[in-house]
Amino acid sequence: MATVPKIEVGADYKEKYGFFVPEEYVFKAKRGLNPDIVTEISWMKQEPEWMAKMRLRSLEIFRKKPMPKWGADLSVIDFENIFYYLKASDKQSKTWEELPPDIKATYDRLGVPEAERKFLAGVSAQYESEVVYHSLQESLTKKGVIFTDTDSALRDHPELFKEYFGTVIPPADNKFAALNTAVWSGGSFIYVPKGVHVEIPLQAYFRINAENMGQFERTLIICDEGSFVHYIEGCTAPIYTTDSLHSAVVEIIVKKNARCRYTTIQNWSTNVFNLVTKRAMAYADATMEWVDGNLGSQITMKYPSVYLMEPGAKGDVLSVAFAGKGQHQDAGGKMIHVAPNTTSTITSKSISKAGGRTSYRGHIKIYPGANNCKSFVKCDALLLDDESRSDTYPYNDVDAENVTLGHEATVSKVSDEQLFYLMSRGIPRAEAETMIVNGFIEPFTKELPLEYAVELNRLIQLEMEGSVG
Amino acid sequence: MADFEIKDLRASVEGRQILKGVSLAISMGEVHAVMGPNGSGKSTLSHTLMGHPGYTVDGGSVLFKGQNVLELEPDERARLGMFLAFQYPVVVPGISMANFLRTALNSKRGYDGKDKSKQVTPKEFRSMMKSELEVLHMDDSFLPRYINDGFSGGEKKRAEILQMAMLKPEIAILDETDSGLDIDSIKFVAEAVNRMRGPELGILIITHYTRVLEFIKPDYVHVLVDGKFVLSGGPEVAERLENTGYAEWGHAEEEPKEVA
Ligand SMILES: Nc1ncnc2c1ncn2[C@@H]1O[C@H](COP(=O)(O)OP(=O)(O)OP(=O)(O)O)[C@@H](O)[C@H]1O
Ligand SMILES: [Mg+2]
Repeated sequence: MATVPKIEVGADYKEKYGFFVPEEYVFKAKRGLNPDIVTEISWMKQEPEWMAKMRLRSLEIFRKKPMPKWGADLSVIDFENIFYYLKASDKQSKTWEELPPDIKATYDRLGVPEAERKFLAGVSAQYESEVVYHSLQESLTKKGVIFTDTDSALRDHPELFKEYFGTVIPPADNKFAALNTAVWSGGSFIYVPKGVHVEIPLQAYFRINAENMGQFERTLIICDEGSFVHYIEGCTAPIYTTDSLHSAVVEIIVKKNARCRYTTIQNWSTNVFNLVTKRAMAYADATMEWVDGNLGSQITMKYPSVYLMEPGAKGDVLSVAFAGKGQHQDAGGKMIHVAPNTTSTITSKSISKAGGRTSYRGHIKIYPGANNCKSFVKCDALLLDDESRSDTYPYNDVDAENVTLGHEATVSKVSDEQLFYLMSRGIPRAEAETMIVNGFIEPFTKELPLEYAVELNRLIQLEMEGSVG
Repeated sequence: MADFEIKDLRASVEGRQILKGVSLAISMGEVHAVMGPNGSGKSTLSHTLMGHPGYTVDGGSVLFKGQNVLELEPDERARLGMFLAFQYPVVVPGISMANFLRTALNSKRGYDGKDKSKQVTPKEFRSMMKSELEVLHMDDSFLPRYINDGFSGGEKKRAEILQMAMLKPEIAILDETDSGLDIDSIKFVAEAVNRMRGPELGILIITHYTRVLEFIKPDYVHVLVDGKFVLSGGPEVAERLENTGYAEWGHAEEEPKEVA
């Protein structure tokens, strides 16, 4: 487990958080998890009492719940050796020089601009897009759209916040959702009013806040009736963190006739355990789309889900996972058909290399009475060598009538014929292999905004060269 | 010495010897036709020449530009100037034809992502493409499509010749490019090949039918039966085959079945 030196609160602490700090008080980040730390987090953030209580209650739940026995091996996580709360200013105080050389080298190869690298590496909260962000904010505000970090949302929009927070993923849902609810910090909050279409994707990038990259982000998105929003989180450059546990919760409410697309591309450094709960509730004729790319990390467990609550609701998961040496990507999706005439698709693409392991884990549940539902699952795995591994664990529970359920799974290797064909045109082997891998995930890539698609292809190239930090 | 020399080439597939000592010398400017019954080893020859990993070379050599190409990787052979138009072009999902052609062209020119002067510019690419497409009577709607994905048999074959035209090889092996083409398509393909014909290019054209040889006139014709050349000569060999088939070498007349 990585260690972080004790850090004193930065000089700008007071102006940043705007509450009184006794002159002699020096906040020292502490490791471990107990009610005092949780209370302190809430106090530092000046949260309302209900939130403080909810955090403590969640901590209790976290303690009582056993570790999940299925999926990846999580026994090595030492919960007592983690910093559960670091201020943004603390995180920045790391310097560029302190970053591990492999991470720096990867930024070089990706050609990430200097300013952006520092942001990604958590060494600076400043980011060039500040101007873009401000003009974006103005136009959004005019339409009544709220796009802010989750801490600010609790402070500035307390009613709205309280109405929805924890309603999609209650703390008792799973051990890591409980942990997140106890210690959450940062994340995005989005509210899109009735009938409003947000034309450009909202990107976490735009928010100049290092806490955005935090370990225990909490994101809450509410799409009111007939609205549309596309939210993009993350980027393809590896996100370096000395903290080895990332456990986020994302809750989304998509009301009647609304549509929400949530795109993630994450490339955590390979020391990270990435355990994320993502869930959406889709109401009548609403559409929820998860586009989820997982690279990096040591272990990822992530199964975006959609609860199809009313007739006509539609859920989509499109995911890609890449597991290299020593990595296990356990990903998939869940579709819970609560209402009749609802449809869902899960498309999962995984690539394993150099002994890496990918698993598809999926759950389709169709409740009694949820007749005339359709669900289709397709998972394709590509193995780049004999040491690598891929498994599928599909679970179906169907208790309704006239249901159409499809499942297709393939495991393949890079085909010799394809490789020979490309090479016979003069394309070197490594490049040809990369092309085939990029071709394999193309159904995913084509759903991304262009700049992300380009970055992802470049990143796959680096992964293929085995040179990613 | 000829520019491209195959000497006593022996090759096997899955432990079974298919090529049993093939020798052939091609000089620039020449067109050689190889004819033979199904299963005689024609595609084994074309694949072995290009370096397909499924074919084991048991002996012999192939000399081109002072190198034994049998020691090279397929991509190295291509960059040295060899080209194979596949009998069964391979589908590669997720990669557009345009991307493929551009990447191949860049590789051929030795562009490795660094020296931008070697990179084909979008403008250059478009204009090269445009003129070749016209000759082959193709439109550019197939460019955004995945490599050979959903192409008709005829489209696949024409796309092979398009690649040849773009990559400008010095030794081109056309493995049954005419099979599965209707008569108009054969003419378009022949026209494209004839345009490239000249002192800079040697061609090995593998076929069942003499028909294509009416449009692409060979200088030499070789008959491959059971992994060996049993007859070599001028264009008159093709005429003889037209009349008698392969019966004289112990092969019954058979109507070749082709699924392109
Ligand atoms: N990958 C392979 N595995 C097993 N046998 C093979 C393979 N490739 C070729 N062969 C065998 O080698 C022999 C020669 O095949 P080849 O494809 O070279 O014939 P051809 O002359 O090109 O025939 P056609 O006219 O049908 O194209 C055949 O008996 C074929 O079955
Ligand atoms: Mg053949």
